[in-house]
Amino acid sequence: MSTDETSGLSRRGLLGLAGAGVVGAGLGVGGAFALGAGGGSAATGNDVASTYPFYGEHQSGIITPAQDRLHFAAFDVNDISRDELIELLRDWSYASARMTTGAAAGDYGPASGPYDAPPDDTGEALDLPPGGLTITFGFGPQLFDERFGLAGKRPAALIDLPKFPSDALQPELVGGDLCIQACSDDPQVAVHAIRNLSRIAFGRATLRWSQLGFGRTSSTTQAQKTPRNLFGFKDGTANLRAEDTAGVNEHVWAASGDGAAWMAGGSYLVSRKIRMTVETWDRTSLREQETIFGRTKGEGAPLSGGSEFTDPDFNQTGRDEAPLIDENSHVKLAHPDNHNGAQILRRGYNFVDGNDDLGRLNAGLFFISYQRDPGTQFVPIQLALSRNDLMNEYVRYVGSALFAVPPGASSSSFVGAGLFDLA
Amino acid sequence: MTTLSARFGLTAAATIAALALTGCVANNPAETADKTITVDSSANDCAVSANEAPSGNLVFSVTNSGDQVTEFYLLADDGLRIVGEVENIGPGITRDLVVIVQPGDYFTICKPGMIGEGVGKTAFTVTDSGADLSFSGDIEAQVEAANANYKSYVKDQIENLVVGTEDFAAAYIAGDDNAARALYAPTRVFWERVETVAESFGDLDPRMDLREADLEDGQEWTGWHAIEKDLWPADAEAGFAAYDQSTRESLASQLVADTNTLYSNVQELEFTLDQQTNGAIGLLDEVASGKVTGEEEFWSHTDLWDFQANIDGARVLYEGVRDILVEKDAELAATLDAEFEQLQSLLDAQKVGDGFRLYTELSTSEIRAFSDQVNALAEPLSRLTAVLVL
Repeated sequence: MSTDETSGLSRRGLLGLAGAGVVGAGLGVGGAFALGAGGGSAATGNDVASTYPFYGEHQSGIITPAQDRLHFAAFDVNDISRDELIELLRDWSYASARMTTGAAAGDYGPASGPYDAPPDDTGEALDLPPGGLTITFGFGPQLFDERFGLAGKRPAALIDLPKFPSDALQPELVGGDLCIQACSDDPQVAVHAIRNLSRIAFGRATLRWSQLGFGRTSSTTQAQKTPRNLFGFKDGTANLRAEDTAGVNEHVWAASGDGAAWMAGGSYLVSRKIRMTVETWDRTSLREQETIFGRTKGEGAPLSGGSEFTDPDFNQTGRDEAPLIDENSHVKLAHPDNHNGAQILRRGYNFVDGNDDLGRLNAGLFFISYQRDPGTQFVPIQLALSRNDLMNEYVRYVGSALFAVPPGASSSSFVGAGLFDLA
Repeated sequence: MTTLSARFGLTAAATIAALALTGCVANNPAETADKTITVDSSANDCAVSANEAPSGNLVFSVTNSGDQVTEFYLLADDGLRIVGEVENIGPGITRDLVVIVQPGDYFTICKPGMIGEGVGKTAFTVTDSGADLSFSGDIEAQVEAANANYKSYVKDQIENLVVGTEDFAAAYIAGDDNAARALYAPTRVFWERVETVAESFGDLDPRMDLREADLEDGQEWTGWHAIEKDLWPADAEAGFAAYDQSTRESLASQLVADTNTLYSNVQELEFTLDQQTNGAIGLLDEVASGKVTGEEEFWSHTDLWDFQANIDGARVLYEGVRDILVEKDAELAATLDAEFEQLQSLLDAQKVGDGFRLYTELSTSEIRAFSDQVNALAEPLSRLTAVLVL
């Protein structure tokens, strides 16, 4: 099963993990990773620990039931060759396939190997079950410039996002050539993944920005209870769900006829770091809070009536014939009915990055959405929100990025191979 | 300084919230269940779980089990005067009415469909719990006076804004940039004092007060801040070209015209008590979101003028209802008095002549002190509506 490419890290990747440059013998890892969700973890023998396959038709971490924790990282690629970039992606896939089973990033692991070499895994995930770890890779628009001969490969759907009104983007939190989304129910496992993948990339790609997230703010399967954002409201009630195969096929997965054949089975990831001014929000009356969302705070029912999953009735009026759901409420502006049925798969997380210079929590929502065509799905929804959302008074968009997330890879290949016309 | 409870907004009308904030008790709304009276508003009934309660803070938790939008009222013994109401409850939705009730005879009634006489009118008795709920003075007359006074204040500020804007525009068109710069902040003060009213006209606000950061691709930028950038180009991006004369004229004349439109718009405005109390907290939020951070006056750095004006406006709103507040919650009034004073003393320390030091001249610790004091004032101020408007 294993080939030279998949039998171990490249020498360069090993330089990242183990400065001594020991070329490992390699495990016959190819087929060993075809563990299904809910399968036992090879590393820990813990049956409770769920794992998701790294290899497959689609990358995991998209319609996978949203885990509780996130570590997301965007990278800039250094001045390297196309072949070196390919080698980096191979190394990343190799290490990721191992880590998602609960194995160490490198072949020796954190506590073994040559005594005079640094360990090829950093070690903080030793003894921890993988917690449903998924590692998902994406390519930013900048990767398709002249550096790697990829200009002709840029999918039309991988647009440059427009400037949205009320964007207050900080350049250091925007864009990136590559991204990695690591999700796990254990924050330390997610951090371990990003840390080791960053280490593997040293000399080839460097961290541009990264984000920790907790408290998933969306459900991606019907079995999951709708979680709450830091405004205290349920978030993503109307999210696309994995079980909705037709909806997912229509709104999430790119198809070969969409333009870029190498993206078939992939998707497009929008990330937006949304700072919430929670201090002023907390001083807002319950009446105004519910008006802004268009839903009740407790149950999450639309203000037009019903329970959480009742469709909002935008024509339902109350006193003085005013609509019960405000014209500029979040639920109204974001609703598919107002965007030609456009839907997105949300997979965001809450964040609190300490506090700012003014003693306010640096808190908010790290919004992630997957969609087949950002230009007709994310952009019109965000434009409507940025223009008129009553919530704008309490949010500030500080980070933004768009990535093409390629399809999954077979166990003999690596994620992104199709971009380079490799199998 | 006042007691801890007042500082945390745990006033008489907020005893429910107090439970949730006390240490490590479970974060469970059921804590209050034993005090809550439930109301089932169905198609043709209004079933109240009790017909008697002790005087003080009552919570009616109204669930709409019908299929029309409903309302619930607590009526005085004449069956007409409204003591408390909760409206716009959609089918299936539960909403609370929290109200302070004196001993006496009342009626409860629901109004599914929001028209007609209502259904399920039932007598409701409030017994004397011994709690002191007496108000002296004629609160209704005080509220009316406050509403009228605020209306006069808004009109006066906008009149001043019209005159100031005309002078500012004339200087700018004439190319007298020194004069225009000198008039900029002192004129904007009239806008900032009533900002929550001025910005309530959805079409005017973006034309008059939009910051460059809030533009979307291709959107034309007009108003105060577009002119500000031209008058203080030092912090503009490389390659920023000063506006030509026709741009100056069109920006200035549109600002004057829009200000006149604003003037006519406010002539017929009437205010309610909750608009005033919410306006006060809205002005504090403006300070917290834009002025304390130095983002409002990005080129002129005259943020403290706006800061002071927002606080002036909030204080006018507060003073207008203060007598009523003293009747209902003297402790909260004392807290707010003290916090307003404290904030004003911080502003006074930055005064230079008729104006203020520039935002860029403030130290990090001075900015931090402003931010902390805005929080210290805004948190108790946010209780005002619930205390006054029942």
